[in-house]
Amino acid sequence: MTNSKPTDANQPRPLGLARRGYSGVIHRLAADEANSALSAIELESRLIELGFVEGARVKVLHEGIVGRDPIAVRIENVTIAVRRREAMAVIVV
Amino acid sequence: MEAPLLHLALVGTPNSGKTSLFNALTGSRQKVANYPGVTVERKEGFFVTPLGRQVSVVDLPGTYSLRGRSPDEEITRDIVLGRSAGESVPDLVLCVADATNLRLTIRLVLELKRTGRPLMLVLNMFDIATRRGVTVDVARLSGMLGIPVVTSIAVRKGGTSDLLRQTDEIAMQAPPPSQQNLWQPLSVAELRATQREADRIIAATISLPARPDTWTARIDAVVLHPVAGLAILALVLFVMFQAVFAWAQPLMELLSSAFAALGQLVHDTLPAGLLQSFLQNGVISGVGSVIVFLPQIVIIFLFILLLEDFGYMARAAFLMDRIMGGAGLHGRAFIPLLSSFACAIPGIMATRVIDNRRDRLTTILIAPLMTCSARIPVYTLIISAFIPAEQVWGWVDLRGLVMFGLYAAGIASALGVSFLIKFFMWRDDAPAPFMLELPDYKLPRARSIAIGVYTRAKMFLQRAGTTIFSMMVLIWFLASFPAAPAGAEGSAINYSLAAMIGKALEPLFAPLGFNWQIVVALIPGMAAREVAVAALGTVYAIEGGKEAADQIGQVLATKWSLATALSLLAWYIFAPQCASTLAVIRRETGSWKWMAITFGYMFALAYAASLATYNIAVALGAG
Repeated sequence: MTNSKPTDANQPRPLGLARRGYSGVIHRLAADEANSALSAIELESRLIELGFVEGARVKVLHEGIVGRDPIAVRIENVTIAVRRREAMAVIVV
Repeated sequence: MEAPLLHLALVGTPNSGKTSLFNALTGSRQKVANYPGVTVERKEGFFVTPLGRQVSVVDLPGTYSLRGRSPDEEITRDIVLGRSAGESVPDLVLCVADATNLRLTIRLVLELKRTGRPLMLVLNMFDIATRRGVTVDVARLSGMLGIPVVTSIAVRKGGTSDLLRQTDEIAMQAPPPSQQNLWQPLSVAELRATQREADRIIAATISLPARPDTWTARIDAVVLHPVAGLAILALVLFVMFQAVFAWAQPLMELLSSAFAALGQLVHDTLPAGLLQSFLQNGVISGVGSVIVFLPQIVIIFLFILLLEDFGYMARAAFLMDRIMGGAGLHGRAFIPLLSSFACAIPGIMATRVIDNRRDRLTTILIAPLMTCSARIPVYTLIISAFIPAEQVWGWVDLRGLVMFGLYAAGIASALGVSFLIKFFMWRDDAPAPFMLELPDYKLPRARSIAIGVYTRAKMFLQRAGTTIFSMMVLIWFLASFPAAPAGAEGSAINYSLAAMIGKALEPLFAPLGFNWQIVVALIPGMAAREVAVAALGTVYAIEGGKEAADQIGQVLATKWSLATALSLLAWYIFAPQCASTLAVIRRETGSWKWMAITFGYMFALAYAASLATYNIAVALGAG
């Protein structure tokens, strides 16, 4: 018998798909997988400068009104607003 | 021999409290200008240390790294590296940190250390950190970073004494052997490594409370709520508008009558002639018509600075980001566009918070379409002369409805233009990212706000005294020369260069239903829109006075058709009728091209709208 639910919850997935209340840890950055206006290197640099590094704890605190976008993410003790498009580059578990 | 001036530079992440520290150190001894060639604000201030050393300090634009991804951040990088021509190399770099939130700043410190500049870390807002239960092992942090670390409370009297003492000590020491600059743009791997190192240092020296700032969480639960958040934003905007339009009114009337009295004094003291006319009509009424807006500018900046210091601005941008995004605008464009309802000039200046150049240009281009307060006298005059005070649908005042329609037309056209700019110029580009720190809420401090408002007001007055003054002189010249021949009938302006230009341009404007008198009035209206009201009074030879505006209305109602009046209203929604706005666009974009584009598209829109309005109105029998 296979129960996929517990394993799914532990699957790495993009922060860009997370809903309000989600909390987890950053697994890796995948800047080339986000469809951002920024180049992969630039996007990755900016994310790191805002504290998105592997191992950091994140929590989705708020969602915007239209399309639940952007999201406000608590990362360690800083809150960063980011659009889902860019948050797709942050893979969390 | 007196010791040479000591140069300090303040560096820090946005929201680190850098500016309040700068204000605490320098008070009102500040000079605000622009860095040459770019539109980045250069803030320098002066103070004297307890041991009597003269110090100059520059407040560098906030940044998370030295990569320099915007013009602001390039300035910070170049000054820290001592590469900026014409700027002193800092003797000491102060990296300012919000002591409650050190993670991103410690990474910046590690990057700054590579530049080899003497460096000191200032843990600002240390009182808030202590109250929240954050404990910092300052000695250990200093040891691990290898630089002096001081604590400060910028907003409290004496809260910077530690910093001042340490500055004196560093200044007295022999200059450290100049270290080599090892800084190079960091690769992604190096960035990551410095953030890891920063996290390691923080784990060893700082203990955070179990619970984060509960006030911020509580306020955000309401303020960022999808429904309540928008309602609060609407309420904030409503109060802001109320303040700008209603509270400023008595002060504006006071200023306006003071300038009128001054003009009258000049009129009475000086013999009639050119000098009298120049001083009264050119200088005093010209500059006065701009300075009248000072109360509005002060109030709008008071609101902006209060909301900014409180931490609400970032939330407003968060709430509006996708809503504005539908029209191709960035969330941060919201406040500049809002300010433009008072006056496009502070609005365009406020676009500096938008770091993406494309988004900033779009915002600058559409800001003048927002109905600024200078249009109100013109709208009021025409509406009260031509639109009957009737109720429609039983309860709506027709005049109010027309006024509302004019505002709505301005907003709709701004959004439309922004959408078209994006569609035609930047269609294939993905929207610029919106990545913004939402800082913890903080109580704004009166002193810091007062200094901020004072510097903005001073800048506005300086501009009124230079650019706008010269425009006024030019327009007065056009309206006064050549003088009317002896025994001429009608007003002197009818014989002037302005009238010649008006008559020459009349064929161009005839399809809009404008006669030459209107065209003449539009020329001084270029200096400031509302001056057109006074100019119409002059061309129709109405004596000024208390009831002048009512009289102009009565005269116009007999001389113009309704179609002409409506056409002029349509013109005023769009027309690039403000030389000062154009001058600010030229300065803020650093190019004549964008000024010309703004002028061109607004003129085209105004012409098309007036043409359509006039012809439809005539066809409906209002000719």
